[in-house]
Amino acid sequence: MTQPAMINRYRWYELIAIYAGIFVFLAFILSPFVEGFLVSLKPLGLLFSSPYKFWPENGSFDAYRTMWVSVPGFARYIFNSFFISTIVTAIVLVLVVPSAYAFARFKFRGSGPLLAAFLAVNMFSGAVLLIPLFRLMRTLGVLNTYFAMIVPGVAFLIPSAIWLLRTYMMRIPRELDEAAFVDGASHFYTLRRVILPIAMPGITVVAITTFIGSYAQQFIFALTFNSKTEYMPLPIGLYAYFGRQEVIWNELMAASFVGIAPAVILIFLMQRYLVAGLTAGAVKQ
Amino acid sequence: MSVQRSTVIFAWILLLPAVLYVTVIVAYPLVDTFILSFTDASLKKTTNWVGWANYDKIFNSTFAEVIVRTFVWTFFSVSIKMIVGVFGATMLNAAVPGRALFRVLTMPPWIVPMAIGIFMWGWMYNGQFGMISGMLQNWGIVDGPVAFLARGSTAFWATIITDVWIGVPLVTLYMLAAMQAIPQDLYEAAWTDGAGRFYRFRRITLPLLIPSMITMSMLSLIATFNSFDIIWILTQGGPNGETTTMIIDTYRTAIGSKKYGEGAARAVLICIFLSIFCLAYFRVTSRLAQGDSR
Repeated sequence: MTQPAMINRYRWYELIAIYAGIFVFLAFILSPFVEGFLVSLKPLGLLFSSPYKFWPENGSFDAYRTMWVSVPGFARYIFNSFFISTIVTAIVLVLVVPSAYAFARFKFRGSGPLLAAFLAVNMFSGAVLLIPLFRLMRTLGVLNTYFAMIVPGVAFLIPSAIWLLRTYMMRIPRELDEAAFVDGASHFYTLRRVILPIAMPGITVVAITTFIGSYAQQFIFALTFNSKTEYMPLPIGLYAYFGRQEVIWNELMAASFVGIAPAVILIFLMQRYLVAGLTAGAVKQ
Repeated sequence: MSVQRSTVIFAWILLLPAVLYVTVIVAYPLVDTFILSFTDASLKKTTNWVGWANYDKIFNSTFAEVIVRTFVWTFFSVSIKMIVGVFGATMLNAAVPGRALFRVLTMPPWIVPMAIGIFMWGWMYNGQFGMISGMLQNWGIVDGPVAFLARGSTAFWATIITDVWIGVPLVTLYMLAAMQAIPQDLYEAAWTDGAGRFYRFRRITLPLLIPSMITMSMLSLIATFNSFDIIWILTQGGPNGETTTMIIDTYRTAIGSKKYGEGAARAVLICIFLSIFCLAYFRVTSRLAQGDSR
């Protein structure tokens, strides 16, 4: 049967319309990056001249060199961002793997409402809870440390991680647990030796999405709970330069591009996992 | 019987760490916000119970205006996100060469650190030298520089567009996944009957997408209502408070002016709205799920 192939055959004008549509759509998505990159190549004099020029004449990569001097803490900021995201991801996994298994496998009184309560956490951004969180962090004595950014960050990444991993674990055949159980394995042994190895791809997806979520959203907690330059993650470190009277735009953009490079590389390496991770919980709600 | 019981105990042991964590970091602060909203808590050592005074103050200030503005801002942002997202998903769903690459290229705004994407928009909106104003001048659409973030009306839309930009990838990929979950034989049957591409889209794709669209717009509504970074970085709620949403106002009051009590009262109002959205979301999704199984 050639039907499926025939149905997807486009006429020339349909093809043009589709590519035009894709072009407009991607132009919206990508233009800030294109413009940001071109800005990073332009000398400051060209940047602050009118009329506006899109292409950088006599562009150079100078800003990528000078930014290390203008933004002295830059390497530290990137390290902080990675460090915070890594710890956050590790804590989230430790908390989420057992609970996702519990939600996927055991029906007990209150399991439904409890899951709903977890998902409801997603609805409240950190901004609403800042005041008591600030007091809590102060009481714990962790203001102006890494923990001030790690501890609240974890809480808001738990819900979607649980949801994602639960969906994955529900697809693991129940017979595996039962077989192990009949053979006399304890619950804990079953989880560790039977389920965990099979769930590894799912856990990997959760780890990646959690890491990226944490890397992308380091703003409000870092802005509010930390004022020490040496602990600032990248977005806050650069925000200090963004807020100045005279913003050195080409260097700010160069620094931004170096800062997002790890994330972009990760996308290209992991895109299959990312899409899988995103859509797993999505469609079959 | 005892097996049953040990299973339940085991399940609770597994759940305990996460439950405790979320209780301390989310549930307790939520209760604390509520209590604080009835006090005059600030940097002072002493805190007094003030009853409804904070709420009185809120409703005698411009906060009503802020609430309305928040809803208008959220409404436009979510609607544009949905329209652009469904459009993008439709385009990316077409079986044309290069679509795998196009899908990857959709992701960056969602995946790079949000603040950095916002810096880039900050430059694009720059009146003197930014791309948008510059292009518009070069093409002769406007006469002089347009400082988008310096005027209330343009700043309002500028912040919406940036919010749309950050939200669109998720909506697009979600809607794309929903489109691909539609059984192919429906299209083939319609095709055999001579239905054209546009007819198939209107009569098969769109109706079957409605549940996903509802789910996504409600999720998007909640996220957008909570939006903080974009407005804070671009305008800090200015000029003249014309981009001040409830979250921004709460942050200003609580963290900026250190009026914890008054800030908490604002936060409680936000929580009430969010709870309503959240309940509506659960009701709608559970009803949609029921409709599926029937």
